[in-house]
Amino acid sequence: MALKTEEMVLNMGPQHPSTHGVLRLEIELDGEIIINVKPHIGYLHRCFEKHCEAMTYPQIIPYVDRMDYLASIYNEFGYAVAVERLLDIKVPERVEYIRVIMGELQRIASHTVAIGTYGLDIGAFTPFLFLFRDREKILSLFEMTCGARLLYNYIWVGGVSHDLHPNFLRQTKEFINYFKPIITEINNLLTYNKIFIERTANVGILPLDAAINYGITGPNLRASGLKWDLRRDDPYSIYDRFDFEIPVGKGWMGTVGDCWDRYYLRILEMEQSLKILEQAIEQIPDGDITSAIPKRIKPPEGQIYARVENPRGELGYFIMSKGGLQPWRVKVKAPSFVNMSIFGDLCRGHLIADVVAILGSIDIVLGEVDR
Amino acid sequence: MIFEFFADLLGSQILSAIIIAALPLVFIILYVLLANWLERKVSAHMQDRLGPMRVGWHGWLQPIADMIKILQKEDIVAKDADRKLFSAAPVLVFVGCYAAFAAIPFSSAFVGADLELGLLYILAVSSIVVAGILMAGWASNNKYALIGAVRSAAQIISYEIPTVFIILCIIIVSGTLNLTTLSEQQSGTFLNWYILGGDVEGWKKFALIPFMFIGFIVMYISSVAESNRTPFDLPEAESELVAGYHTEYSGMKFAMYLFAEYANMFVVSALVVAMFLGGYQSPFGYVGDLINVPWLIPIEQFFWFTVKGLFFVFVQMWLRWTLPRLRVDQLMALCWKYLIPIAFVNLLIISFLMIL
Repeated sequence: MALKTEEMVLNMGPQHPSTHGVLRLEIELDGEIIINVKPHIGYLHRCFEKHCEAMTYPQIIPYVDRMDYLASIYNEFGYAVAVERLLDIKVPERVEYIRVIMGELQRIASHTVAIGTYGLDIGAFTPFLFLFRDREKILSLFEMTCGARLLYNYIWVGGVSHDLHPNFLRQTKEFINYFKPIITEINNLLTYNKIFIERTANVGILPLDAAINYGITGPNLRASGLKWDLRRDDPYSIYDRFDFEIPVGKGWMGTVGDCWDRYYLRILEMEQSLKILEQAIEQIPDGDITSAIPKRIKPPEGQIYARVENPRGELGYFIMSKGGLQPWRVKVKAPSFVNMSIFGDLCRGHLIADVVAILGSIDIVLGEVDR
Repeated sequence: MIFEFFADLLGSQILSAIIIAALPLVFIILYVLLANWLERKVSAHMQDRLGPMRVGWHGWLQPIADMIKILQKEDIVAKDADRKLFSAAPVLVFVGCYAAFAAIPFSSAFVGADLELGLLYILAVSSIVVAGILMAGWASNNKYALIGAVRSAAQIISYEIPTVFIILCIIIVSGTLNLTTLSEQQSGTFLNWYILGGDVEGWKKFALIPFMFIGFIVMYISSVAESNRTPFDLPEAESELVAGYHTEYSGMKFAMYLFAEYANMFVVSALVVAMFLGGYQSPFGYVGDLINVPWLIPIEQFFWFTVKGLFFVFVQMWLRWTLPRLRVDQLMALCWKYLIPIAFVNLLIISFLMIL
């Protein structure tokens, strides 16, 4: 007589060490093999979009910070770009440069967390703390500029809240020189570690057509092999002035679009961000930063969809104005939310340990998924 | 030796036996406190932080403070847990590790029980740990704990096979299962250690060296796996299974697992040291011999044994804070596809060499 076996349902989260926030996964298991994964989201839902309808345009900015709390600057950046297009304002050169510098620093900070926590998911604790130490240096740069370390309220519609600190550019340069060897160090410690490659290469393969069909953006899409970066393909701000490359996944250690590609792409992107930073620091002009900040933001009737390349993908703001001081409707296209949608498909047929590896490689931020 | 000493001193063999049984416990407690502190400090310094600094000099009292805290904690047993098994499991896990200490030769004068079948005994009693872990996983009535326990059982049983193969190599070369004899055979300088071919004469010694090295490495890898440490810490893989088989444990029962883990780390290191690295023998010779104070020698031997053991405990910590974790199928592949064939071929070659 054959042994009778049955499937087991394992509930992962909402409180679990590696769901990266309050995500609940309902996993159907056959032994250790996954049959199905159902993500349950919404534990962090704060009615952000509805709140916006009751607030004036500048009041929304601090709320925007709290969506993707690891890349707050970029959320503000996108929002500011959207409202400025609605108002048809041109911001001063210096402001554009400051925004790019801040945005790229934020991208590095966000990727360090992504890479560090990914190591943690795979079981390597040390790279995580190394990278948090370096992220701290970026946060100090932000703190020096606007006083805040996580939620900045720094980029305003038409400008930024504070001009750069006199030491900022010098210290940023120091940071760039400091950080370049760190990337090599992390590569030696984690990226090319045999066990790490074994755990991530050929795991959670995301084919390009599936990625496009699901609307995946950002590093996850590029890791699947498509050269699609809004900084180049739909330039906003002044990104068209910088010379940088868009790395794409090549299946270095396995198949194109596996976890290792997604992970390694973030490292390559950090290098490109450093490159943009170097150019921006060279070129930044002097000038006034407050001249374009409107006294009262009251856009004409109309609607706008503006998108920027957030560290996690395409962050889009749809804003509809009926001519009042408050937006009539705000809708955010959150990259984490969209990227999350493929998760169940990627996990099928893998082992429990791979759930963690795949979730970490998609790099979601629950604050943004739930909004 | 030490048994007769206490028996003479106290005039009772039973009292002497009790004292000898308690001595490893004292050692374990002191060692766990030290290892716990060391683990924090080692990890901290590897990660560019300081670790505990407030309680005592460089935080050396921190483990004691933690022990006091953990003793005061509420002993929670989940509602649906099997209460009896749940309480028995940590004891069983600890007993498995503690019992192994009986046969470990700390020095020529201090062996808890100088068993003729010491190596076999240690292998046998450390298998009790598996039963304890399975019990913990089953009794917790928690899916994470169950998965962790099943993984652990599979892992420990698999990795015992290469360990046994390597132990067989040593038995073939030394002709004994007694750990004290094994250490005595490696006396003199470090050139007589089994990792360097042992006390074998002529060209055979040189022929043995590479295979002894391979054996040593295989043995160490599988002992790390047997004590469930990173990169083989799947049974308690934090990122997927929360805490594995001890997810539901708290307070003193949790502390028992902690004790068992650290004790096990030392047991496997001690085994490696006893088999390959001269056991309690000094690498150079003894100060006691030099100044003609015979009673100093056992103390020196104890020192050398502890130092060697702690070094390998340190290496385990080092690995833990450097390497990521393997996946469960890769863990099995490593054991069955690589370690067992290597160990087996190694055994064949060493047997062949010894027949020649």
